Amino acid sequence: MRRDIFQAIADPTRRAIITLIAIQAMTPNAIADNFHTSRQAVSKHLRILTECDIVKQEQQGREIYYSLEIEKMKEIDNWLFQFRKIWETRFNQLDNVLLNMLNKENEQ
Amino acid sequence: MNNNLFFDFTLDKALKTVVIIREFAAPQKLVWDAFTKAELLDLWVAPKPWKSQTKYMNFEVGGSRFYAMVSTEGVARWSKQTYTSITPITNFKYYNVFADAEENLEIPGSEWDVTFSERFGSTIVIINIYNESMERLEEMIEMGFKEGFTMSIDNLDNLLATLAL
Repeated sequence: MRRDIFQAIADPTRRAIITLIAIQAMTPNAIADNFHTSRQAVSKHLRILTECDIVKQEQQGREIYYSLEIEKMKEIDNWLFQFRKIWETRFNQLDNVLLNMLNKENEQ
Repeated sequence: MNNNLFFDFTLDKALKTVVIIREFAAPQKLVWDAFTKAELLDLWVAPKPWKSQTKYMNFEVGGSRFYAMVSTEGVARWSKQTYTSITPITNFKYYNVFADAEENLEIPGSEWDVTFSERFGSTIVIINIYNESMERLEEMIEMGFKEGFTMSIDNLDNLLATLAL
């Protein structure tokens, strides 16, 4: 199954996890304390986030800490920017079409 | 040019609906025509250097527009839009699906809702695009437009404002 950044953010719990660990690295237990769902459910979300390369794990003593890959988040910005850009270009073209239509109406 | 015309682009938190709002310096009837007549649509819907070519268009409820975005190399990406609701000069809705040249559809598609209103001689158009799946939304971007658009890092800050996390 394909994993990418968009799957990472397509789920509300995963978005909340991203927001949490954006501030500081956290252990799975500390993350789970913030949710009403089971620890297994949180583990599953962390696994998906890891597979999406949006979080990284770090062993500190006996604990594993999860933190955010900020660079990866920029992919979303880039992607959204392309989409926005398409519409800007389209609409600028439409402005010209409308201008021509207006001019033709005025000539008649 | 056109920098004074209102433009807004947002993605909802569930990443399923894109809302695009744009103002145009023309009366509502004219803007409506530009969105609903094949010969006019073909003039603007394909971002340069792509070209829009409408094979047929029946603008009526249950009718469709079958068209292609054609690249400079002649690569055609087909789509079919089927109209589900039309209220002349104020609103129309359609279901948009990618297809091949033989009209074999690639389901799921997306639902489009386009609303027009006039204020002080200029027209506001609100476009809602609802995608059933995230992959579909991605595909909408990827459908061959990539090459045509260079990304600017300077705009990242502006984008953060539209990113709903």
